Amino acid sequence: MADVAHHPALAHQFDSLGQQTEAATLGMWVFLVTEVLFFGGLFLTYAVYRSFYPAAFSAASHELDILLGGINTAVLITSSLTMALAVHAAQLGQRRLLMIFLVVTMVLGTVFLGIKAVEYYHKFAEHHVPGATFQFEREHQRHAQIFFSLYFIMTGLHAIHMIIGIAVLLVMWIWAWRGRITSDYAGPIEISGLYWHFVDIVWIFLFPLLYLIGRHA
Amino acid sequence: MSAHIVPTRVYYAIFGILMICTALTVGIAFIDLGPFNVVAALTIAVFKATLVVLFFMHVKYSTRLTWAVVAGSVFWLGILLALTMGDYLTRPWRTYG
Amino acid sequence: MATSFLPPRHYLNEQYGITSWLLTRDHKRIALLFLSGVTFFFFIGGAFAVLIRLELATPVGDLVSDETYNKLFTMHGVAMVFFFLIPAIPSVLGNFLIPIMIGAKDLAFPKLNLTSWYIYMIGGLFTMYAIVTGGLDTGWTFYTPFSTVSSTTKVIPAALGIFITGFSSILTGLNFIVTIHRMRAPGMTWFRLPLFVWSHYATSLIMVLGTPVIAITILLVAAERVFRFGFFDPALGGDPVLFQHLFWFYSHPAVYIMVLPAMGVVSELVAAFCRKPVFGYTFVAFASLAIAVLGFLVWGHHMFVAGQSVYAALIFSILSFLVAIPSAVKVFNWTATMYKGSVAWETPMLYAIGFIGLFTIGGLTGLFLAAVGLNVHVTDTYFIVAHFHYIMVGGTIMGYLGGLHYWWPKISGRMYNEWLAKFSALVIFLGFNLTFFPQFIVGYLGMPRRYHAYPPEFQVLNVLSSAGASILGVGYLIPMAYLMWSLRYGRVAGSNPWGAVGLEWTTTSPPPTDNFATTPVVTWEAYDYQSTVDGQPSAAS
Repeated sequence: MADVAHHPALAHQFDSLGQQTEAATLGMWVFLVTEVLFFGGLFLTYAVYRSFYPAAFSAASHELDILLGGINTAVLITSSLTMALAVHAAQLGQRRLLMIFLVVTMVLGTVFLGIKAVEYYHKFAEHHVPGATFQFEREHQRHAQIFFSLYFIMTGLHAIHMIIGIAVLLVMWIWAWRGRITSDYAGPIEISGLYWHFVDIVWIFLFPLLYLIGRHA
Repeated sequence: MSAHIVPTRVYYAIFGILMICTALTVGIAFIDLGPFNVVAALTIAVFKATLVVLFFMHVKYSTRLTWAVVAGSVFWLGILLALTMGDYLTRPWRTYG
Repeated sequence: MATSFLPPRHYLNEQYGITSWLLTRDHKRIALLFLSGVTFFFFIGGAFAVLIRLELATPVGDLVSDETYNKLFTMHGVAMVFFFLIPAIPSVLGNFLIPIMIGAKDLAFPKLNLTSWYIYMIGGLFTMYAIVTGGLDTGWTFYTPFSTVSSTTKVIPAALGIFITGFSSILTGLNFIVTIHRMRAPGMTWFRLPLFVWSHYATSLIMVLGTPVIAITILLVAAERVFRFGFFDPALGGDPVLFQHLFWFYSHPAVYIMVLPAMGVVSELVAAFCRKPVFGYTFVAFASLAIAVLGFLVWGHHMFVAGQSVYAALIFSILSFLVAIPSAVKVFNWTATMYKGSVAWETPMLYAIGFIGLFTIGGLTGLFLAAVGLNVHVTDTYFIVAHFHYIMVGGTIMGYLGGLHYWWPKISGRMYNEWLAKFSALVIFLGFNLTFFPQFIVGYLGMPRRYHAYPPEFQVLNVLSSAGASILGVGYLIPMAYLMWSLRYGRVAGSNPWGAVGLEWTTTSPPPTDNFATTPVVTWEAYDYQSTVDGQPSAAS
């Protein structure tokens, strides 16, 4: 087997960089499938309890800050835009632009987490954290606690995924800085983008389901 | 998924639509549509997610295998939701408090 | 050309030292790392089984207290299901063989493969911690609210252990899917793949789609125990049946994770030892996919008495009948393969026909259980216990042992002692049936499962079962001994001791680290015994 001069990023089990990138991309998609089912269990739990206790869920949902939630949604959608632009820059070999868009995306992700932290603090102050300190209007107390349990677990799990996403983008930024990303090796940025967009999609569903129940009342 | 490079104007257009849809979903939430509030909210969310999947995640320009993987994951989540909710919606008794 | 010597350099002696194993990226070495892990947990699960059968030899609960007995069957189940049956064939045989069978140098993601092993071991560590510091008594099924509220045992470490190990399964499945899609050698089209690869592909789909659901569910159980959320606790507005839906959504397909790889092994064994292509190759390949898909649609048959709706029960019952069809197709096709085949009764073939017979019994009793009327009568009796042990032990473990024996020469370069191997296979077969057939009877007569005492009229059958278990235990120990012995003293196997067709038999035993001297180019169909000689196409390069 002739030893053709190969790309430094080519792993030995692959025959070409194209095969490697295709494999890595398929791998990330399969991983996202597992994430859909992972969050899916929580969405099922939400669906079941919302169908059981609609009034309590509505009352509890009103206690979430729709302005902060809406801003966060806009922040994440913008970060998806900047992520897509980062991929675009990588594909064209535009190193500086790539690094800028990666930084902007990370900053937006951090803003999202900051706003989330503020919201969590509010919930703590209003005694809406499930457990011994939980307080809610008597009529809906038991079932509102289930809503807030779902709120914290779903947004908490989402936030953990955001943190991991920011860490991944940091690594990508370092690779870009070191010149590892070129127009024929943009795969890692594309794949990181897939993960980032997925985390955005989870929020696209979380926002209306948690924040917008029965707001017309 | 080798480099099909999407022009940036597409990204900006999708971004615009996503922002409009977000405003729309918030606005509709304040209108009383009864049971259709949930339908509207989920329809808009699915539409937004579809745009992200097709354009930001490049599935529109990807292989059939990628389409199949995406469709499969949604379908499987659907099985979990449909058969479980199917149980709850077809019984007259409660197993919860 | 077939060789008959030990190659001077191969994957086992290319590098020495503990770090060359603990930091390896070679799928073959990782397979052996998994072999040591699953064997360890087999012993743990087996130890609990011994204690269970000892207790049940007498009708009175005289060996252990009822609470201790709850721990025995729970930990037997947890160790066997999550740490042996689910990973054994895929992570040992699948890891070792899939790259070789498709003509690749390794899996798509070798470092992820090693990570998978570390995750398995860490999950195992959490679970061993739970076992040695007091154990778990919830049943391997963790039903709520007992597991989330009332149980005073080590639920959280055990739940976390299972959560962590689940990711090992997910990553292995991911690796296999990408490898099979993207790394097949030139000419290795989908319909030239060995059926072992098809089975593992179907298994990987289940791993990837199902395991995340039990991951989130078991995490919620641990979280509920700590924070008292109330998702599964009626006292707080929660629903225990929701837990069961989430749990069984994975745990039913999980049984197909356990049996599909064994079916893949059996396809290989039947083809090799009848020297014929598997009858109806395409049907068997698609049957694997059908089992994977249909297997996700039947979970409610574990919940007929749990409180789900009549209509849900009806749907799940009908679908459970349907899922038997692709399994039956495979059994028919293996049998048809044997017709007019040149059958050689080597040890792997003994395990293969053992599988076919015992899996058929287990599967047929599954059909009985799919009928709601009968199911309600035998739920939570020993009938159920016998049913699933026929599949998991009579099926999966037979397949595992058959595969281990068949590919042992490839893995180690040595042959084992044939007489001892045949003898052990017979002991295992007899011991197995003596252990579990009486359980069908005693269960139908009404003996409940998970009880450490029973009415005295069931004692004879229980004594037979316990006697069988001791024979079975001995039967499992003998292969351990002669396989280890063969590593040093076994006859050198050569590249193709069975004269079988398959890419793995065209390389040396043991294989080199990169599997092949040159990348193979495949121009022949699967199991092409007609036009190949010694595993090579007769017009071979």
